[in-house]
Amino acid sequence: MAKPGLDGHDRGAKVIARALRDAGMEVIYTGLRQTPEMIVNAALQEDVQVIGLSILSGAHNAIVPRVMELLREKDMADVKVIVGGIVPDEDAETLKQQGVAAVFQPGASLEAIVSFIRSVGLPASHTGGKPPVIDH
Amino acid sequence: MKTVERRFTTISGVPIEPVYGPEDSRPLEAAGEFPYTRGIHREMYRGRLWTMRQFSGFATPEETNRRYHYLLQQGQAGLSVAFDLPTLMGYDADHPLSAGEVGKCGASVSSLEDMEILFRGIPLGEVTVSMTINSPAAVLWAMYLAVAEQQGVDWQRLSGTLQNDILKEYIAQKEYIFPPRQSMRLVTDTIEFGARHTPKFNPISISGYHIREAGSTAVQELAFTLRDGIEYVDWAIERGLAIDEFAPRLSFFFNAHSDFFEEIAKYRAARKIWATVMKERYGAGSERSLKLRFHAQTAGCSLTWQQPYNNVVRTTLQAMAAVLGGAQSLHTNSLDEAYGLPGEHAVTLALRTQQVLAFESGLAGAVDPLGGSYFLEELTRETEAAANCYIQRIDEMGGMIPAIEAGFPQTEIAAASYRYQREVEAGERVVVGVNRFQSDGQPIELLQIDETSARHQEAKLTALRARRDNGKAGRALDHLKRAAEGTENTMPCLLDAVRAYATLGEICDALREVFGTYKETAHL
Repeated sequence: MAKPGLDGHDRGAKVIARALRDAGMEVIYTGLRQTPEMIVNAALQEDVQVIGLSILSGAHNAIVPRVMELLREKDMADVKVIVGGIVPDEDAETLKQQGVAAVFQPGASLEAIVSFIRSVGLPASHTGGKPPVIDH
Repeated sequence: MKTVERRFTTISGVPIEPVYGPEDSRPLEAAGEFPYTRGIHREMYRGRLWTMRQFSGFATPEETNRRYHYLLQQGQAGLSVAFDLPTLMGYDADHPLSAGEVGKCGASVSSLEDMEILFRGIPLGEVTVSMTINSPAAVLWAMYLAVAEQQGVDWQRLSGTLQNDILKEYIAQKEYIFPPRQSMRLVTDTIEFGARHTPKFNPISISGYHIREAGSTAVQELAFTLRDGIEYVDWAIERGLAIDEFAPRLSFFFNAHSDFFEEIAKYRAARKIWATVMKERYGAGSERSLKLRFHAQTAGCSLTWQQPYNNVVRTTLQAMAAVLGGAQSLHTNSLDEAYGLPGEHAVTLALRTQQVLAFESGLAGAVDPLGGSYFLEELTRETEAAANCYIQRIDEMGGMIPAIEAGFPQTEIAAASYRYQREVEAGERVVVGVNRFQSDGQPIELLQIDETSARHQEAKLTALRARRDNGKAGRALDHLKRAAEGTENTMPCLLDAVRAYATLGEICDALREVFGTYKETAHL
């Protein structure tokens, strides 16, 4: 779970991190003001399956493509990226075309986020074949 | 459908009895009398309405200036400046970390030139201006004072508010640059400078708003804010100021959340606690030192992305609570703010909401019209007692800075926000249109801010750095560094630096060099 950019509003990131932990997942929270480089390095070192980016400032179009690019460069394309925050519908579509697995907009339920991560973050035999859920 | 047991608690989880009666009632002081539970003025809104002050700023200073002229034409009484994230974090628009953030969350201001443009055609001697800026507040205030100078307005006449509340940044909003004690020194510099040079300007707005937005309860919002206030008072006294020299200009800023009675009780309790603290803890003599004046803003975090028109109703109820709680000024959120910065239609509707409350509803007639309600009086007392418990705990920790360093307020807020979200998730708390009564989307118009603002700001900075006297700017920055290393008030050096058109980023870099920067330990 990472907070990229200058935005310090971390309520959502912290709530999601706690919910994932309560759902039995191992969660690493990077803290604030992470550059795409710092996030991808942390993901590499911790060998994560999913990166969650929480962005509320509107800077997603500048930040997320850079994260995706770095993942490709480092041969980490199997790491799923999910984005949460204030992301308009058309931007969400663009981000998904760039390889983002899911975008969770305001009002998304914790349950939807947990079950999505379960569906993509575990080996195929554990998922029960659930399709990705995008909750509005 | 799954059945959920109905529980009767406030949105913060305080239990509510079925009915309250006269056994709970105790005599009340009049409004305008210590401890001001019922209001700080005898006449309240009969004497003067609250100031309708919509927080506003986006893209370039040029575009924001046009919005200000529009809002003033629509009957808004004062301005409230929103700055973008690079400005809030002390970076110029052309800094690499500003990429993608310029003009997105507010107006981009990197130099005195931008500040001049922001207030072009706005007479600073007449319009009151509030500025939401914290870590680099002293720098932006210096720019504002320099613009007033250029307009030929005597600083004695300037009226407005600088948010300048760094403690709640460490606690909640996290827009900090320097470590806490160095930041507190800058805040104290502005309070001291204000006491001497700008007698009508509030150098600080001690803010619970962001604490609440981060997920705190009403009691936590109240307690942490007032304890922050105590911290600022302690530092100013330590600096050698007498309490009545600066206390009358301390102002506050609270959230207006959705639980109607709990919010009104919070404002009433705030006045009572602050008046008592000022009198008993600090021996304040001036009546003006005892009176807690506050701005309120409706709760951004209560706005929903789903069915956005419902937000107009939420905002109206929240604004009513602020008015019934005796706010001195008010911002009403726009219906589209769960999506982004508000568009002009939405902003106008938000302003009209206040105008309807002020001129049509009768809310502004009688003073503290809910005073004496058995329920509200009991809730006020409970809120006061619970907030005082927190204040005492923080006193025992050695004050707010040690409490912040221990992560105390941060973890209390994180726990409250998680509890709330779990209640929403379980359906125990209803959010209309989100976890009940869902329906398909209603399209709304959105304000889009593209990257042309960033390019415009970058080009202006390049031209400014080529045009200005760089020797003069460099010398001003050196003087500032020396002042920051010592103990003198940094405001005069900051004024010289902005007058020489040193940029915000250059000034903050000079201070970063002397003060260092802060990195928090994340408290989940």
